[in-house]
Amino acid sequence: MSIQNVSLSGKKIEVSNKKMTFLESLYLVAIAKGLMITIKHLFTRKVTIKYPEETRELSPVYRGQHMLMRDDEGRERCTACGLCALSCPAEAITMKAEERKPEEKHLYREEKYASIYEINMLRCIFCGLCEEACPKQAIYLTKSRVMVKSNTDREEFIYGKEKLVMPLDMAIRNTQMQTAN
Amino acid sequence: MDQAIIIEKGIFIVAIFAITMLFAMYETLAERKIAAWLQDRIGPNRAGPGGILQPLADGLKLFSKEEFFPATENRFLFICGPAISMITALMTSAVIPWGSSLNIMGRDVVLQATDINIGILYVFGVLSIGVYGIMIGGWASNNKFSLMGAMRAASQMISYEVAMGLAIIALTMMTQSLSLSDIAAGQHGWRWNVLYQPVGFLIFLVCSFAETNRTPFDLAECEAELIGGYHTEYSSMKMGFYLFAEYASMFISSTVLAVLYFGAYNYPGMDWVKDNAGANIASILGIGVLFIKICFFIFFYMWIRWTVPRFRYDQLMKLGWKMLIPLAIANIVITGILILFFDNNLHL
Repeated sequence: MSIQNVSLSGKKIEVSNKKMTFLESLYLVAIAKGLMITIKHLFTRKVTIKYPEETRELSPVYRGQHMLMRDDEGRERCTACGLCALSCPAEAITMKAEERKPEEKHLYREEKYASIYEINMLRCIFCGLCEEACPKQAIYLTKSRVMVKSNTDREEFIYGKEKLVMPLDMAIRNTQMQTAN
Repeated sequence: MDQAIIIEKGIFIVAIFAITMLFAMYETLAERKIAAWLQDRIGPNRAGPGGILQPLADGLKLFSKEEFFPATENRFLFICGPAISMITALMTSAVIPWGSSLNIMGRDVVLQATDINIGILYVFGVLSIGVYGIMIGGWASNNKFSLMGAMRAASQMISYEVAMGLAIIALTMMTQSLSLSDIAAGQHGWRWNVLYQPVGFLIFLVCSFAETNRTPFDLAECEAELIGGYHTEYSSMKMGFYLFAEYASMFISSTVLAVLYFGAYNYPGMDWVKDNAGANIASILGIGVLFIKICFFIFFYMWIRWTVPRFRYDQLMKLGWKMLIPLAIANIVITGILILFFDNNLHL
């Protein structure tokens, strides 16, 4: 076998321009072969997912919407260090830090907290680097199947703390489960 | 002629018209469903259960579209085009024998609108007029693409009519009759013409694809080259009529194929049914069998459409003139020799 005929994929077929015989030029055999191939597809499993009724199965490493976590006493973990914003390749995260007042000790764990924490969902690529960067384990990408709804207003896509921070009842449930164990 | 026969034929004609329309309507859905299935998809399924109302939705959509006229002087011809297509598509069904006779209240009701003794010639005549629908529409559109599509359709239909006619000559040599009811009755039980005329059947099949402008011979409306071919300028229900006429003629040509070659309303064991269950039951069963055959051919049309790519124009002409016509002539000669040797044992 000469080097020209080697096919790495094993699918290479030499083009031949030989003249067709009368029977071949009627295309009957070729069409019959083709018909057999297509009729097989009539009985194969269909790949379509009927979207609103069925949804696609998610990957085990799927990353959904972000959540700002609370600790087991229900205090926000975020200390507004800005590492998540720094690590974000899409520059989707903005925050404003503020010093904790003495009467806010039950609200925030660290002495500094994020008074504003915003993620622009139009920019976010759900890569999970913020989650990796966070030293306080404050931000996580959940397995939430809720997709960001389409909208005509850009402001709607900037998620603030009211959408990102873990709901309190969820934090309470987590703590209860931990103490039960 | 008594009044009863007028009423009887009237009801029959209306029924055939309704059935043809219903078939044409649901062929559009069937086409989309089969296309989807052959491509591992599921097809339209939103309008009604399983998409059963899709044809109605399509029709409603076409009705509500803007009625557009191109800048042409031939407004009358422009409207004539789809009308002629539709009329010719529906006219062929007049001579089709849909079943043997039914006995209703002591009257023998023949299930055929009219039994003329040159049925096949009538079918051919009407088919040939069909080309005018496309030709006039393409011409009146005042558009180069339309005209080219129409020219292609005309030359293709005329070329393939020759081979089709030659295929039929071999058949009529066997059946000794041009009447469709005689041909249908002659295929009693298992003696279907396809078993005696396999080559003739193949030629006829290929030609009927060309005559109905279906893939692989749909050069007349080839989107890649001609936008929409002869119906580029058509919109709204005039466009709908062209599409509808195509589906109606597909139904009719499936019927002609079934009647000429696949034994029409005959099925094996029909004598047994007639003796045991009565002539009416046997006859109704025969109608059912005919419709099963028709449905098979309609499916076959669609199956071919989603399998075979479109022919190039030179391939089309070569296949028609250099392959099918010599084959048809050889078929006639061989049929003649066989009839000479075996005398009349071949038929009836």
